[in-house]
Amino acid sequence: MDRIPILRLGDTLLVTVQVDMHDQLAVRLLDDLTTMITKVRARGVLIDISALDMVDSFIGRMIADIAATARILDARAVVVGMQPAVAITLVELGMSLPGVQTALDVDHGMELLREPRDS
Amino acid sequence: MTTSTNRIIHVLQSSQVQLLADWVKILRSSALPRTATVISDPELQAQCQEFISLFAAAIASGNLDTIEADAWKPVLEFLAGVSRSRGRQGFSPSETATFVFSFKEPLFTHLRRAFEGKDEAELFMNIWELSKLLDKLGLYTTEIHQQAREEIIRRQGEEMLELSTPVIQLWDGILAMPIIGTLDSARTQIVMEALLQQVVATRSPIAILDITGVPTVDTLTAQHLLKTVAATRLMGAECIISGIRPQIAQTIVHLGVELTGVVTKASLADAFRLALEKLGHRLGATARS
Repeated sequence: MDRIPILRLGDTLLVTVQVDMHDQLAVRLLDDLTTMITKVRARGVLIDISALDMVDSFIGRMIADIAATARILDARAVVVGMQPAVAITLVELGMSLPGVQTALDVDHGMELLREPRDS
Repeated sequence: MTTSTNRIIHVLQSSQVQLLADWVKILRSSALPRTATVISDPELQAQCQEFISLFAAAIASGNLDTIEADAWKPVLEFLAGVSRSRGRQGFSPSETATFVFSFKEPLFTHLRRAFEGKDEAELFMNIWELSKLLDKLGLYTTEIHQQAREEIIRRQGEEMLELSTPVIQLWDGILAMPIIGTLDSARTQIVMEALLQQVVATRSPIAILDITGVPTVDTLTAQHLLKTVAATRLMGAECIISGIRPQIAQTIVHLGVELTGVVTKASLADAFRLALEKLGHRLGATARS
């Protein structure tokens, strides 16, 4: 079974979604990511979904879940590079992902992670 | 039936030249000033001639009951072309339909001449059948005329939509979109897509949505604005709404629309200043010597 690779950059984890995200894959990613965060004691997670051009409500929820889980494990999660069509779909589905931090691209996302934390 | 059709075809063919001349004269003399100025004599003559020959060919098929038969297809296509071009030239529906209806007078005159002293009842039947046919064809031209007009209106509407959604780059990383006119669902969709596309294309972290030109805001419009703001945020950019006029601010509060979490500014200038500050630019007057 294929899985989405998680790269480690210092204390940040970088996830690049480059295939069509199906439900199994998303669940597996959540699993792998939480394990990885605790293992390497990551402080930030960057999820690049710029290659994702289709979402449904389940994937939308998984993105929110990943961010929420990362937050509980004391890592900041930033979703970067969301396509316009994906953003419109999520909003139309009523999922504006209020707890998720977003950035335009990986550059901006890294900048966001480097900023000092509020708490 | 066949004999009577034969006689009609005979009339159409034998006195074609005379028929054509009479018809063109009637078309010219009927009080339609536009026909005279817009359509030249040779053009009108050619149109009439083509119609007569197509009409004769269709009658020869023997099907006089309905114009939906295959034999009438060339006639209908020709009339559709004439009707469309006239619709575009600004003719009224009655002016367009007159093209067909005016054919009755010369046709019936010539038919009566051909029947002179013969079977009156058959002449009446022929005229009745032809009249029904020409009425149908006339109505058909009106329909096509209407369609052509509607097409024009729809195209203009689309053009207006395209014209009215410009995305302007105010600064490196700052986009602005002034919206003019009422925001309905279809338009919001276009506005939203155009803005988001540009945010990606220019990698601008801040977008300003200026609604100075939006005359009224109802709950639906507010909902659309909120959606746009949410979608922009999902993409990692920030959306500022500016140009909210006092009345609109009052309406929004009266409607109980929650705009919390959305940055709003009274004017585009204020929004621009805020955007520059957010990007770390500092504004200040230089001391003049």
